[in-house]
Order: sequence, then C-alpha cells, then structure tokens
Amino acid sequence: MIGGFMGVGTPERLIDALVASGKTDLTLIANDTAMPGKGIGKLITARALSRVITSHIGLNPETQDQMNAGTLDVDLVPQGTLVECIRAAGVGLGAVVTPTGIGTPVAEGKRTLDLNGKHYLVELPIHADFALIAARQADYVGNLEYALTAQNFNPIMALAGKTVIAEPDTIVPVGMIPPDAVRTPATLVDHLIRRAL
Amino acid sequence: MDSKEIIARRVAKEVQPGTLVNLGIGLPSLVATYLPADRGVFFQSENGVIGLGARPPEGMEDPNLTDAGGGFVTAVPGAAAIDSAMSFGLIRGGHIDLTVLGALQVDAAGHLANWMIPGKLIPGMGGAMDLATGAKRVIVAMQHCTGGRSKIVTRCDLPLTSVRPIDLIVTELAVFAVRDGALMLTECADGVSLDQVRDRTDASFEVGSKLG
Repeated sequence: MIGGFMGVGTPERLIDALVASGKTDLTLIANDTAMPGKGIGKLITARALSRVITSHIGLNPETQDQMNAGTLDVDLVPQGTLVECIRAAGVGLGAVVTPTGIGTPVAEGKRTLDLNGKHYLVELPIHADFALIAARQADYVGNLEYALTAQNFNPIMALAGKTVIAEPDTIVPVGMIPPDAVRTPATLVDHLIRRAL
Repeated sequence: MDSKEIIARRVAKEVQPGTLVNLGIGLPSLVATYLPADRGVFFQSENGVIGLGARPPEGMEDPNLTDAGGGFVTAVPGAAAIDSAMSFGLIRGGHIDLTVLGALQVDAAGHLANWMIPGKLIPGMGGAMDLATGAKRVIVAMQHCTGGRSKIVTRCDLPLTSVRPIDLIVTELAVFAVRDGALMLTECADGVSLDQVRDRTDASFEVGSKLG
C-alpha cells in the first residue's frame, strides 16, 4: 500500500526505486492512481502492477487503458471504506460494518447485517506486506509528523503494513519533534529514507 | 449567465450560516464563488482539510495543500488538517451539514447515480458513496439534460451511488425537492415555464403549490 491523494503526500523516491527495480505483478492498495508521470502514476506507466485496490482512477487514463485491455485488475472501493478497512487491518479489528455501498455494485457478493433497524455491509480488513508512506518530518527513531493534506492515508497505512518504509522530507535529531506533534509513533516505522533533494 | 452559473448561484442560497459543507469536484465547487464571505461557512475537502480557502495567487502554492481534485488551495483562519480516517469519519458519521454533488442521473425516487457508465466511463466512486450516504443533506447540482436527454429519469439505469435518497436537485431550469420518495417541483428558473420543465424531464413529479 502506498500513501497519497492525487500525488500529494506520496513517497516519490520510494516509487522511483520500485520502478527502477523492474518488479512486476504487484498488488497496489492506494486511494487513487494519480496522473501519468506523477507518484503512483509512474507504477502504472511502468506496468509494474497486476491488481489495484483503489477508490478513484479517473485522472489516470493509462490505468483505464490497462483495465480495459485486461492487463490490470481494478477493485473500486468507496474511499471511506478503503481507509477504514486499512485501519481495521492495522488495529486488529475483524471487519468494518458500514452503510456505504448498500444497494450498489459495491455490495455484490458481500455479507450484509441488519443492526438497530439499519442495513450495513460487512467489509473485510485490507492487509499489505509493505506500506510506503510519506511524511513531512521524522526523527531518528522514526516518529513522524505530517503536512496539511499530505497526510491523507499515510498515518493509517503506517498501522497496516507488515513492513513500513517512511519517506520524510527531513530527518531531525530525537527530541526535535514534540511528543504532541507525533502522529505516527516510531514503533510502527521499520525504515526511513529521506526524500531526494 | 451560463447554465453552470445559474445552478451554482441557486445552490449557494441553500447554504446555511455556520455550517460545514463539502462541495464535489467540477460544477459543485463553483458554489463557493457565490457565497457571501460573512456566513461563517467552513468547507471540507475529503482529502483532509476543513476550512478550504480560495486558490492561492501564482507562486504562493503550497504543494502539500490541495483539494480533492488535486488543485492548489489555501486554508482559512481556523482551518484544520485531518487524515483520511477522520475525514471519512466526519462524512459517514453525519458531521457534514451539506454536500453538493454532480450527477449522471437522478431518478423519480431521488436515487443518485454519479460514479460510472458501464463499458464507457469508470472513474471510480472516490468519496461520493460515503458523502451520499452520510452527509446530513445532499444536493445534486447538475445540468438538466445531457446530449438532449433528461438526466432526471424514472429509474436510474446506471449503477447507484447510494440507496439513500438525495434531498434537492438544482438544474439550470428548475429546483426539485425529494419528499417521501417522490419529486416535487418547487421552482422554475427565471424565464422557464412549467411546460418547458415537463418537456425536458423524463421522471414524473408533483408540482409545488406556488407553481400551481
């Protein structure tokens, strides 16, 4: 899974390294596939992916072309459900029970629950082997803080990846980030690599 | 005035002072332009900001401050930056007073379809399903017809966004309220007759008492 929203708050250096590694047949979990040439769009262009679990592909015609050509499977998930299923995976919950998607194609093949007179869809947690995330700043033990709308899925994905690799803009000495400002505690972060200058 | 401006100006009148509002990408985002600044309205953008401001002047863009369409924005005094779980917690949890969404179709029962045309256009639903399901009030802002065909139909043949009925439809020709699962025409736009609205609307609807 990779953080970012339309290319904002995406770990560009990690994506460049992934493209350069020449890996293929990867499954991507991300809010969107950005635009060609930007962020996650580079993985689409490189044809590194065989499956994408995402909420939006509308700004990347290459994603749509690969989907229509049958070389890329795209699972479309409502954005609120996507983030909450990622969170569920990270916080040890067995499912997300949400009203979103009831009566739409999203509900096909899924269990429903009636609770207190309301209909809900049972959505399962979304796990990943790796979470690649972007942050504004890290300290050397791996505490992270984020910038404005560049946080989006990043702090949630930091919970859900088996291995978490964070790409902060800067890495500062321990103590420079006040405890109140830490959004992702270092215990969740396995590796740090600073954004390319 | 072009049709988009007519629609955006009319929707702006629905925005109550002191509320939290989410505007969809495209036509709905124009609504902010026609809202007086003194209403104390905060705009939420689902990518993670409450207190969305205008586009910054050239050269003043912050690459970490964008709206849900990826465009550069500013944050007003009193703004808050939030992550996606908080953002959709607010949306699904009924903390957004009003959302304004675009539409491909709305039907006679107030059902909305706005996220895909099978085999043709599959952008994905993004945040639309959560917004249509969870916001306190849902207004659809759209052109009345597309390619000469009414977008207000008897029954949506496109996949639905939510089974929860929307509350109000605003087009360049008319305003419809959704009441008890049926459409009620409440206004015709300036210079538009009831017959013109009937002629351009596939779905059946009741006519409000003011229009008799």
